[in-house]
Amino acid sequence: MTTARDTWHKPPFIANPVIRYTVWAAILVYFGWAIGTLPFDWGRAAEGLERAQRIFSGAFPPNFDRHELLIEGFLESLQIAIISTAGGVLLSIPIALMAARNLAPLPVYWFGRGLIIVARSFHPVIVAIIFVKAVGFGPLAGILTLIVYTIGFVAKMLAERIEEIDEGQVEAMRAAGANYPQTLIYAVFPQIMPRQIGLSIYQLDSNLRASAVVGIVGAGGIGSTLANAFGRYDYDFALAIMLVIIGAILISEAVSGQIRKRIW
Amino acid sequence: MLRISNLVKSYGSDKPVLKNLDLTVEGGLVSVIGASGAGKSTLLRCINRLVQPTSGTIELNGVDMTALKGRELRAARRRIGMVFQGFNLVDRLTVMENVQSGRLGYISTWRAALRKYPKADIRRAFDLMERVGIAHYANKRADELSGGERQRVGVVRALMQEPEILLADEPTASLDPKTSEQIMELLRSLSRELSLPVMINIHNVHEAKAYTDRIVGMRFGRIIFDDKPEALDKPAMDEIYAGVPAQERGDSSHAAPAVGSAAMHTS
Repeated sequence: MTTARDTWHKPPFIANPVIRYTVWAAILVYFGWAIGTLPFDWGRAAEGLERAQRIFSGAFPPNFDRHELLIEGFLESLQIAIISTAGGVLLSIPIALMAARNLAPLPVYWFGRGLIIVARSFHPVIVAIIFVKAVGFGPLAGILTLIVYTIGFVAKMLAERIEEIDEGQVEAMRAAGANYPQTLIYAVFPQIMPRQIGLSIYQLDSNLRASAVVGIVGAGGIGSTLANAFGRYDYDFALAIMLVIIGAILISEAVSGQIRKRIW
Repeated sequence: MLRISNLVKSYGSDKPVLKNLDLTVEGGLVSVIGASGAGKSTLLRCINRLVQPTSGTIELNGVDMTALKGRELRAARRRIGMVFQGFNLVDRLTVMENVQSGRLGYISTWRAALRKYPKADIRRAFDLMERVGIAHYANKRADELSGGERQRVGVVRALMQEPEILLADEPTASLDPKTSEQIMELLRSLSRELSLPVMINIHNVHEAKAYTDRIVGMRFGRIIFDDKPEALDKPAMDEIYAGVPAQERGDSSHAAPAVGSAAMHTS
């Protein structure tokens, strides 16, 4: 007869103790090495604190004197966001159809997936730098950048939704003698419509944010205004711009959240 | 008249699901019974080519379905109505759009996209919906209807095709017993009114006997019974539902649960 057992320990995540301690040691060594070899210049960082202090004190109070420039930049950002969302979403639909395994033959599927992977590979800022080089400074570069950004997200999510559709509805259309476009219109689009609308609204919100960022590298909109303000050491005007961006994003987030809650 | 001869369907290199099957349907209501896995659903789907037969011929009023492709296949599918177990309605569209989707094989894509249905089709839709008692739901979304009403939409959609035969794959399996009998009754009276041959896959043997003119019993991809409902006695039933489909196909891994389900469906 054994005595009642009253102790228990959770089995370790890595059962083999040799591997377990080797992993721990490797992690510690790596961090020691990484921090030790990166060129941190503590002296400069200390100076930077002073500079930050100067920027912040220069920024207060925010200066709305040049509100015309601000409004102009903001409206341009809004235009960039809306046009790129519309264009990107329109392009996303055929790409998503190509990238859905249940609707597309294998070569088309890989092509569609490939387009999405390329669109997702680079951060919008990198894409914006490329487009600014290609088509010059200004809103066109911003629109093209955000179209790519929109495809990367909307086409991917939409393709996943298409792969989840109820195939029974598709089967019923085929049984009635419907052709491919008719089957899409009657059995596929109604099923993906709510997700499509939700994604478009989310993406509009997201593009508004991103349009401010890509503007900094020269792709137009309020980001360009902000970059210029920093360039001229107009920190008080820069703060005014940032407050407007924060306000706009809060509003668009609230609105898009409400709309997405109501459709299902 | 539907004439199926020497029909074989196999998936990949597995043993065939349908084995050299012959069946002729001239008219009336024919029910197809058999345990799960006997091949009832595959048989029905071979007829309108939702499933591609491996070999054999399926002739509907002189046209061999098995040889058709593309546009010709779509034109031939219009002549075959189908009603499904899960209704397969487009939930987010209105009842009228669902009903009109039965006409997709006849109308152009732009008409379909803009919902510009021909007047004659709209008239036909209202007549049929009136006939089965759902005309007042025309503008409702399909997912707002109850099961029995949804299956009525499914039946009207199939009839919109002006079919030469109606296939029903477990049309009552998702319905409660009372609604289920109403749908069977509806199928029977429509078949008589329109002199439309109807082939019904069904698990409920009691309903098969009560509502159909002829019973075809399938077991392991073969027809082992084909007679009037009165002739379906205890030994014939035992024969149809005996054994384990998976075992006969040489797939012993599914043997155990299949015994239970085979027993259940005879009830």
